[in-house]
Order: sequence, then C-alpha cells, then structure tokens
Amino acid sequence: MKIQLIKIAHARSGDKGDTANIGLIALRPEYYEVLKEQVTAEKVKKHFGNMVKGEVVRYEMPNIGALNFLLHNILGGGGTMTLKHDAQGKTLSTALLRMEIEINPVLIDKDS
Amino acid sequence: MKKCIRIASGQGYWGDRFDAPIDQVKEGPIDYLVMDYLAEVTMSIMQKQKARDPNAGYARDFIPLMRQLLPLLVEKRVTLITNAGGVNPVGCMIAVREMAEKMGLSGLKIAAVYGDDILSQLDTLLHSGNALKNMDTGEPLQKVRSRVSSANVYFGAIPVLEALQRGAQIIITGRVTDTGITLAPMIHEFGWSLDQWDLLAAGVIGGHILECGAQASGGNFLAGWKDVPNMERIGFPIVEAYPDGHLIVTKHETLGGLVNEQTIKEQLVYELGDPRQYITPDVTVDFTSILLQQEGENRVRVYGVKGSPATDLYKVSISYSDGYTCVGHLTYAWPEALPKAQKADEIIRKRIQYLGLEFDEIYTEFLGYNACHGETAPPISNPNEVIFQIGVRGHNEKALRLFANEIVPLVLTGPPTVTGFGGGRPRVREVIAYWPALLSKEMVTHKLLVIEVI
Repeated sequence: MKIQLIKIAHARSGDKGDTANIGLIALRPEYYEVLKEQVTAEKVKKHFGNMVKGEVVRYEMPNIGALNFLLHNILGGGGTMTLKHDAQGKTLSTALLRMEIEINPVLIDKDS
Repeated sequence: MKKCIRIASGQGYWGDRFDAPIDQVKEGPIDYLVMDYLAEVTMSIMQKQKARDPNAGYARDFIPLMRQLLPLLVEKRVTLITNAGGVNPVGCMIAVREMAEKMGLSGLKIAAVYGDDILSQLDTLLHSGNALKNMDTGEPLQKVRSRVSSANVYFGAIPVLEALQRGAQIIITGRVTDTGITLAPMIHEFGWSLDQWDLLAAGVIGGHILECGAQASGGNFLAGWKDVPNMERIGFPIVEAYPDGHLIVTKHETLGGLVNEQTIKEQLVYELGDPRQYITPDVTVDFTSILLQQEGENRVRVYGVKGSPATDLYKVSISYSDGYTCVGHLTYAWPEALPKAQKADEIIRKRIQYLGLEFDEIYTEFLGYNACHGETAPPISNPNEVIFQIGVRGHNEKALRLFANEIVPLVLTGPPTVTGFGGGRPRVREVIAYWPALLSKEMVTHKLLVIEVI
C-alpha cells in the first residue's frame, strides 16, 4: 500500500550555507528498513524537483534509525544572501514527509 | 574526581529566551552553564562596532544579563563558559570585572580566551602562501579580500580547558566551537587525555545536544510537540557527564519541556553533514556510533560514541560584503487572493523593467500558499488570504532603494483588497556573505588572560 512518510517517520532540517540537511527518523525501529529501501537519494531529488538545484546525498544512521540527506543548492544562496522566506530550510523536514512510499500493510497499525 | 558533572545549556543562539540561563542556575543543581552567542553575521557586525569604539565588539546584552546572573553563579558555584566575547573578549572581561568589583565579588576569576580573530593578520597569511581557499568553490580569498569584514578561526576545547585549569569561573571567549565549550569541562574534571578520541567524541556529542538550547528538550519537536509540557517555561537541556564518557541528557524537574529518545534524535541530526565525519578542532566524531537508551522520565543515556584523531587544520569563518537585498510584501484577501498576488508580481516585475533596474536575482513567493514547501505542496483552491513576497538582490544600492519604493504604491494602483503595508517601505540590507576556509593549526596561537576581582 501507499502511505505518506509522515505516518512512519519524523524529521528535522537545517542549513549549512546553500545546502540544507534533512534528518529523517523512523518512528519505530522496524520502519528504518522501509525508509532505507524506499527513500533513496534519487527519489528525494525527484520529490523536490526544481527546488533543489544541486545533487542530493544520502547517509545511513542505523544506530538511531535515521537517514541524513544533504540537498545542495536549495536555499537560494543561503545565509544572508537568500531571498527565500524559509532562509534556513527549517520547514523542508515536513516537505519531505509529504512523500509517498510503498509499505507492506502488515507493518502499519490499523489506527494510524 | 567528581562522579559526574552537570553541564547546562543557557542559550541556543543570541536572542534566545532571556530567562532560560537564570532558570538553569536557580531551579536545580548544575556545575557548568554554557551559552552560545555567535553566528557568522554577528562577527561582522561586531567588527564594525569595534571599529567605531575599541571597547565594543562583544555581545552588549551579556552585561545586563550578568547583573542578574553573576551573584547566582557565585552563590551556587557554577562556572560559566560563553563565546559572548565576540571580537573583543578582553573588553567583555573588563566590563564584567567592573561589575563584579561593584558587587564585591572579590576572589572571582574571570578569563578571556582570544587569538581567534585573524582579521589583522589576513594579508600576512595570504602573502606567506595561505590562500584561504573557499571550501565550497575552491576560489582564493584574494578575490574578495577588499570586502572582508571579519575572519576568525574556530578554536576547540583546549583554550577553555586552560582557563579552567587556571581556576577561572567566568570564561569569555571569542570564536570557540559550541561543542568545545561543553567538552572542556569534561576534560578538566575527569583528566581525559587529548588523544582519548572516544571520550573526546562523547564530549562533543554532549555539546551538539546542548548547542541549540531547548531544541533537545522539546522545542521544535516534530514527533510530539503537542505533548510537550509548559513550553512557556521550557527547561533547557542538561548533560550529566560521567568519567567513562557516557552521558545522561536531562532537564530540571520544575521546568517544562521533554527529554526522550525522539527529542534527542531530532537534535542529533540537526545541521548534520556526513555522520561518520563530524569534524571539530578536538576530534572527528562518528555519529553512527551513538547509542541512546531511555533511563527514566526525562532522562536519556547517550553512550558508545566513537571518535578518531582531529585534523591539523582549523576551520576559518570569514565574512565579506556582497551587495544588498530588499524584500517586500503585501497581503491579498479572498476572493481570488492568489491571482491578485500573481498580478501584483507581474506589475512589480514590469515596473523593474520600465525603470531599468538591474538585479542579480528577483524572487517571488506566495506565503500561505506554498512558500515553505514549493512544488512538494499540493495546490489549494481559493485560500482566504495570500501574502505576496518579492525580493531582489544586487550590487547597485540605488537600484535597490528604487525597488523599495515600488511596493506600497501597489495598494492604490494594483489589484484590490490588499493590506499589510503598515511597515512602510521595506529595508535595504547589506549581504554579509560567508567564506569558509581551512588554516593549519600551527599558524594561529590562542591567547588566555585570567584576572582576579579584587
């Protein structure tokens, strides 16, 4: 079945110059493998489309059930140069959580 | 040796909740209070203040805060470590000493850590073959040299450690890493060696957890923000550090906030690059080694942290002037709020052309529609209101001032049901761009001054 990432993950995002990072964290340990399989750098790059001008890099953190994404050239120059309302990419966390992924229904609570 | 020390975060950035550091000292036992004040832009502003007044160049509101905080720190025997010194830690130290003398706090030792400010040495460094290349673009600093307004290396824990060893209770630094000010007391209290990489790495993790204030204890907490108690008096995080390098993250019981594995995880990934290579001047940390375990209510154990040798380079943060920006906005109301805002955008862009104004970038967003999430957000039909925001960036200040004049006239000349112009003309701001570089540690010497209040 298809679900939005927000059902199985939480996240926090921030900036380093013109690069934003999004830490995507599994809400339960068993969801980490789903994230790892489904949320590839390519899919994230496609999800953000024209918003991200540079490459997307993914790092795995199985110890805390998280993936860390670097989205290069997404902050309009970053720092004090950017004209974007969200200059530090603080809200990109939930933009990623809008993404739809495929998951085995057995893994999902009926009430969630 | 103490069995454990309690290090409390008092401020996540300059301008954070003013009474948080006071609560941290008052509401329960702590040994150290750490407070971060500095960002790249801040250093540039402080250099300008110092150029006008040689006694300025540090966080001015640190002094009125100290009026309240200093007697408490002395009474409770809490050591304060802060980078409030900006580009003038000695000036800041002198101001604090004057206050301490008036309060009769004789015997109090105050330290200034400096030497990080390399602005006056830049040309010597450049001439001796240090190109200070931009870490992102590879370009040499010479390209923007004439526009540089500040240049600082990031020191780590070592100069702070020396201040602690000299008995200082108030330590005021210039550019020291956020993680270094938390790591230093652990090295000092537990006698760690500077090559016990796993222990140093654990201390750095403690610093990373504390450096953004309440972001580790229930602030900005996506997984459960509705369940965070008393956010109006949120407890900032406290790290209990132990000699074997494990940490317990907690907060004062009497204050609000929440500490659990999820709040810590969200902070661990904050502003993270390659998790296996978290580089600090003290140690390179592997974030994929960190283990977390909930030990009780608002108590999370952090352990298993691995580190590897530090590099022989300092990160250098250089700021330079790079033109101007101006951002204006107007609010359009239902019906057809979005088409009205889009029409306003079209008009402003035509006015820019008509007036012959040239910019490096013109950028429009529709707040309330999709400014935050852009094309990842689904379209919404007929929103109740939309804020039209348009910004320009360029190097011709006059062109930006003319642009600033163009926003408010739209109220009487453009689409209807528009408001939100109460602020008048938008401000033209200078762009302080950031130039990250590396410099061999040998090229810079840290300096330490410790004085005792008579």
